[in-house]
Amino acid sequence: MEKMTVLPFNGTKEQEAELKAVIENHKNMEGAAIPVLHKAQEIYGYLPLEVQEMIAEGLNVPLAEIYGIVTFYAQFSLYPKGKYQIAVCMGTACYVKGSGDILEKIKEKLGIEVGQCTPDGKYSIDATRCIGACGLAPVLTVNDEVFGRLTVDDVDDILKKYE
Amino acid sequence: MNMMVNLKINGQDVSVPEGSTILDAAREVGINIPTLCYLKDINEIGACRMCLVEVKGARGLQAACVYPVSEGLEVFTNSEKARKARRMTLELILSNHEKKCLTCIRNKNCELQNLAEELGVDTLSFEGENIHYEIDDESTSLIRDNNKCILCRRCIGACDNQQISVISCVNRGFSTEIGAAFNKSMADVGCIYCGQCIVSCPVGALYEKSSIPQVQNAIDTEGKHVVVQTAPAVRAALGEEFGLPIGTPVTGKMVAALRRLGFDKVFDTDTAADVTIMEEGTEFIERFTKQEKLPLITSCSPGWVKFCEHYYPEFLDNLSTAKSPMEIFGAIIKSYYAEKSGIDKKDIYSVAIMPCTSKKFEAARPEHSTSGAQDIDASLTTRELARMIKQAGIDFANLPDEEFDQPFGEATGAGVIFGTTGGVMEAAIRTVYEILEKKPLDDLNVTAVRGLEGVKEATLKIAGKDVKVAVVHGTKNARTILEKVKAGEKYDFIEIMACPGGCINGGGQPIVDSKTQATVDVKALRAKALYTEDERATLRKSHENPYVEMLYKEYFGEPCSHKAHELLHTHYQKRSKF
Repeated sequence: MEKMTVLPFNGTKEQEAELKAVIENHKNMEGAAIPVLHKAQEIYGYLPLEVQEMIAEGLNVPLAEIYGIVTFYAQFSLYPKGKYQIAVCMGTACYVKGSGDILEKIKEKLGIEVGQCTPDGKYSIDATRCIGACGLAPVLTVNDEVFGRLTVDDVDDILKKYE
Repeated sequence: MNMMVNLKINGQDVSVPEGSTILDAAREVGINIPTLCYLKDINEIGACRMCLVEVKGARGLQAACVYPVSEGLEVFTNSEKARKARRMTLELILSNHEKKCLTCIRNKNCELQNLAEELGVDTLSFEGENIHYEIDDESTSLIRDNNKCILCRRCIGACDNQQISVISCVNRGFSTEIGAAFNKSMADVGCIYCGQCIVSCPVGALYEKSSIPQVQNAIDTEGKHVVVQTAPAVRAALGEEFGLPIGTPVTGKMVAALRRLGFDKVFDTDTAADVTIMEEGTEFIERFTKQEKLPLITSCSPGWVKFCEHYYPEFLDNLSTAKSPMEIFGAIIKSYYAEKSGIDKKDIYSVAIMPCTSKKFEAARPEHSTSGAQDIDASLTTRELARMIKQAGIDFANLPDEEFDQPFGEATGAGVIFGTTGGVMEAAIRTVYEILEKKPLDDLNVTAVRGLEGVKEATLKIAGKDVKVAVVHGTKNARTILEKVKAGEKYDFIEIMACPGGCINGGGQPIVDSKTQATVDVKALRAKALYTEDERATLRKSHENPYVEMLYKEYFGEPCSHKAHELLHTHYQKRSKF
């Protein structure tokens, strides 16, 4: 079983009201789950248990089915994005230059999997397709900052910058 | 009348009703097409590709289980192309299956194993990556082992058919697995433990949490007085585990086997069912007279009770407070029986053989401990009993017929039919009618509440008043009737059983393979075994059971007395929907 990191849910009343309105608009509509999930992700940034329960309840669709949809499509995320969003490029050039090892190192340092967020909400990791900086391969970005020509040993220093 | 469609299968002419599939048509003429994910009415999705056949003019091979027949269709089920494709598919399924067949709960009773034999798989060309999954054994009743799972989705179909839907496909591609939302254990979701997923599973990915070691240990412990009771539906199905035809009643052999296993007393749950009728019947008369908390809804089925607690807590007041027969018996054994036979209740180990996986949860409910400890120490399924009999080297089919022990071995026909949908209602009507009318019921066969229709309704004239009753089985139909009640429809008495067909088709019953399920009406055959036993019984009304009369005279006073309430009634609690 994949280990799950759980962040406390911090949804606001406004967000809830917004989601409820979306659900109301889609009630009794066939195939409503996916559009509602899209909107919910727009509202909350991710789809935690609390949000999925609201959708399941509101649309009268089993929670297991909602969860099945969320885990099927890569577009949906069970985890929020961190304050620092680390994205490691898995494009061909970066990959052959060792970005896989760099990603492994970051996962190990942070104790989370790709797509997840650390329990303190600070870091999240994504594995991206080619970001078009092949000349700098292997490349990763943290928010808008780009780090290139990396080795595994650079990971510690990069993470230190964002403590 | 459906239009008939003519087609050719392997050169043989076949005529079947419009809307049939190639699989149906082939079975009609005795041609076997292998299937794996197919389970009639439950899972017809053509996903596993085991039933591929060649259809003249069609591009590529077609899945026979979902391909509708049409006039002039020509099908080849045994062509080289079809055989090769099926075999390849099976080898691929086997490539990442945990092939620990010798130690698997479904050894020799596995559809995957059978297919490997039927298709002549003698070598495995691929050894795929095996993802290791944690086994979920946290609930009282069900164990889910995804290492054995072949992703056929039959369990999901069964859970959806019950409209519980706590399991679904999770993740995607090679990472796909069957599970609950957020990978929760069955213990932490709204699962009612009906076990319909278990009896739908073709392999060993789903099974009951066994209590055999604890029971065996009690039997082996000197000074333990081990008492066993057997539910009505068990006798209607246990024989199947030993090769007897479906629907063979094996009451006498079952009693003999239990004695040979070393149980000190072998009692009949049906006696307690008669007590349930006395309590529940009295409760009904009270509520009906006062016109309060109606409709009264039966509470014998633990799956239904848990369903009500999770999904319809607004009806908890309508549930009969009378315990289920198993728990009524549990309370009586550790009170009246202990006192009467001079055995310290601490030395009694009380076992129940049930067609049910949800009974394990019921047995573990803290409220069922009137004796200071759990009233039922272990609840075993019909399958677990069969395993014990096999392990003990008992030649079941050749056992003599033996009688239950007294004083709890005498039951009426009313107690016997508790095991099938409509049975509790019929038993209750026989008693309630005679109490209110103060005269015998002419025809004891209340056929209006019999049969396998999902929702049965009838209005009976009792003591000049109309009594509107309904009988439903399967929690899908429970939803239907409860929604009708919420919409204002008036009923006086409703019987609800969680499993489709009632206890005879419970989640603890022998597993019937997909092909037999499609071709034989298993529920009807097992139910018939019970109705036959009822027909043959000398006593057919609960209130005429002499042992029940004695029990009230000596111990409880009268139905719903203070003492009866203490020992024979219970309460319920709201549970979370998710």
